[in-house]
Amino acid sequence: MLDKALKGSRGYWTLLVVLSGIFLVGLVTYLQQYSVGLGITGLSRDVSWGLYISQFTFMVGVAASAVMVVLPYYVHHYKAFGKLAILGEFVAIPAVIMCVLFVFVDMGQPRRVINILLHPTPHSVMFWDLIVLNGYLVLNVIISRATFRAERRGLPPPGWVKPIIYLSVPWAVSIHTVTAFLYCGLAARPFWLTAILAPRFLASAFASGPSLLIILALLVRRFSKFDAGKEAIAKLAEIVAYGMAVNVFFVGLELFTALYSNIPEHVEHFQYLFLGLHGHGILAPWMWTSIGLAVVALVILFIPSLRRNESVLVVGAMAVVGSLWIDKGLGMVITGFVPNSFGHITEYWPTMKETLIVLGIYALGALIITVLYKIAIEVREELQS
Amino acid sequence: MRRRSFLKIAGLGVAAGAIPIARALGRASSTQAAPGAATGKRWAMVIDEQKCLTKQGCTACVQACNKFHNIPAIPDPRHEIKWIWKERHENVFKEAVTPYTPAEVKERPTVVLCNHCDNPPCVRVCPTQATFKRPDGIVMMDEHRCIGCRYCMTGCPYGARSFNFVDPRPYIHGEPVDYPTRTTGVVEKCTFCAERLGVGKRPLCVEACEGTGCGAIVFGDLGDPNSAVSAIVRSHQELVRRRPEIGTSPHVFYIL
Repeated sequence: MLDKALKGSRGYWTLLVVLSGIFLVGLVTYLQQYSVGLGITGLSRDVSWGLYISQFTFMVGVAASAVMVVLPYYVHHYKAFGKLAILGEFVAIPAVIMCVLFVFVDMGQPRRVINILLHPTPHSVMFWDLIVLNGYLVLNVIISRATFRAERRGLPPPGWVKPIIYLSVPWAVSIHTVTAFLYCGLAARPFWLTAILAPRFLASAFASGPSLLIILALLVRRFSKFDAGKEAIAKLAEIVAYGMAVNVFFVGLELFTALYSNIPEHVEHFQYLFLGLHGHGILAPWMWTSIGLAVVALVILFIPSLRRNESVLVVGAMAVVGSLWIDKGLGMVITGFVPNSFGHITEYWPTMKETLIVLGIYALGALIITVLYKIAIEVREELQS
Repeated sequence: MRRRSFLKIAGLGVAAGAIPIARALGRASSTQAAPGAATGKRWAMVIDEQKCLTKQGCTACVQACNKFHNIPAIPDPRHEIKWIWKERHENVFKEAVTPYTPAEVKERPTVVLCNHCDNPPCVRVCPTQATFKRPDGIVMMDEHRCIGCRYCMTGCPYGARSFNFVDPRPYIHGEPVDYPTRTTGVVEKCTFCAERLGVGKRPLCVEACEGTGCGAIVFGDLGDPNSAVSAIVRSHQELVRRRPEIGTSPHVFYIL
């Protein structure tokens, strides 16, 4: 099937070359980190996790969001998602691969990661995260292969894959729940010590993932004859609207609980995040941007005439992704460390090298999705003709 | 498949997943107290802030530890390695400070180090058991197994752990000492001088403090009712520990 990815237009090859180039820059930068250590990043004794682990957290959400297509289509037989399903499943694969890579580049001793398997430790949430993430990758590879092959022959998915599809639904929820448990079970970090973290992660995932899928589906329609369908896009937009509304509601719950209870060690983190604390507020402008984008997104998503206009919807989808990327891919993790347990403020900002490594992994993810989509498009166009 | 039968299957899946998790949690709680802890050894430390204050600006404990544990002197504070150091009193014991506490009390330098908790969050979160609890209460670190994920630093409520962001060896000055240096990319921390306890000696910081004539740090076995630490924890009514409310049960006690 891979042969389908080997012939394409000039634009397709240019895209592949550009993405490979960015990936290689990231790889070379990583090799430097590999030889000299994590000192090339902006991380510190006080802020021990930064951009890598934040991106991991964000991408777990994107991976989990495939369930928003799988559940309606395979479980509730919502026919309009017939063409979209494969695009959704194909997003999950590179997303999980990126998650694993973001964790890998964060390791101080990458050669020893196998120790997690050599000394399995069930009381560590990281152990469970590794299991659910890799399990999710395997499930999605099996499901997308089986359903895609069947689709190619014009047949319904084989019977044996159905139980696996049903399993993938709670499994998708589990990857983001366990990822939230990495944070919310730590007495040391009051900012994360909230039972709403897992539901909030899921809500933001079910807004940002389908938004990304809307953008991708519209791009696919623009550059090929593969049309996921207007109804499917409209339904995704509704899912995003609910996901985003619930997410904003959950953030509001967190703010109320922290600010009304007025417990200093809870308030201080939010103060740092939105206003700055003792003259340190590097994240504040980003967070206000995130709020602004969330408002724009909600207006577009909740006014039917705007939501149904696809060229406006795409702006809304981008606003959702941008808003939630700032919230989860930047603010959520870093703020847990500021101020630290002594009340000291050490600010974190990623270095250029760290950013290049992150961009390299994003480029690899984009490369994989491009190739997978190319195969899907070729097969679809063959079937149509 | 109907919605109801789907929910049934999903419910069963969740239940099946809960069994190993429950087992895992059971194992995690077994780190709370070593079997026979009451009769066996339980190393503990008492730091007397008042005695410590008698020698202003003294850093004998910190220097002894740094020197004999090959702790690098890294100038960038972001990459610092610290096993034992001094923090402002008000930052260590927030609950002991009122709006009327005089500045000289708030600014008192207080010695801090790993608390060798009974229920250490760092041990709970470590994915490789590179950090683990010994039956004698010491929270140890296997720097050869550590993968450098820094989850233990994230989980430690006391900021007691340091990560080797850069190669520490170029920053180790002075005469070479007989203690292993560490490599880039691993976490390290105070070990209560486990290597010295093993040969019947006491921790370096304790000896250094005694050497100055202060004797502000007392160390010993809580399992032995006749030890000095046992006598102090029984007799002092105002003994405090850092953040007792989170249930870690630190075994570094303070007399404020």
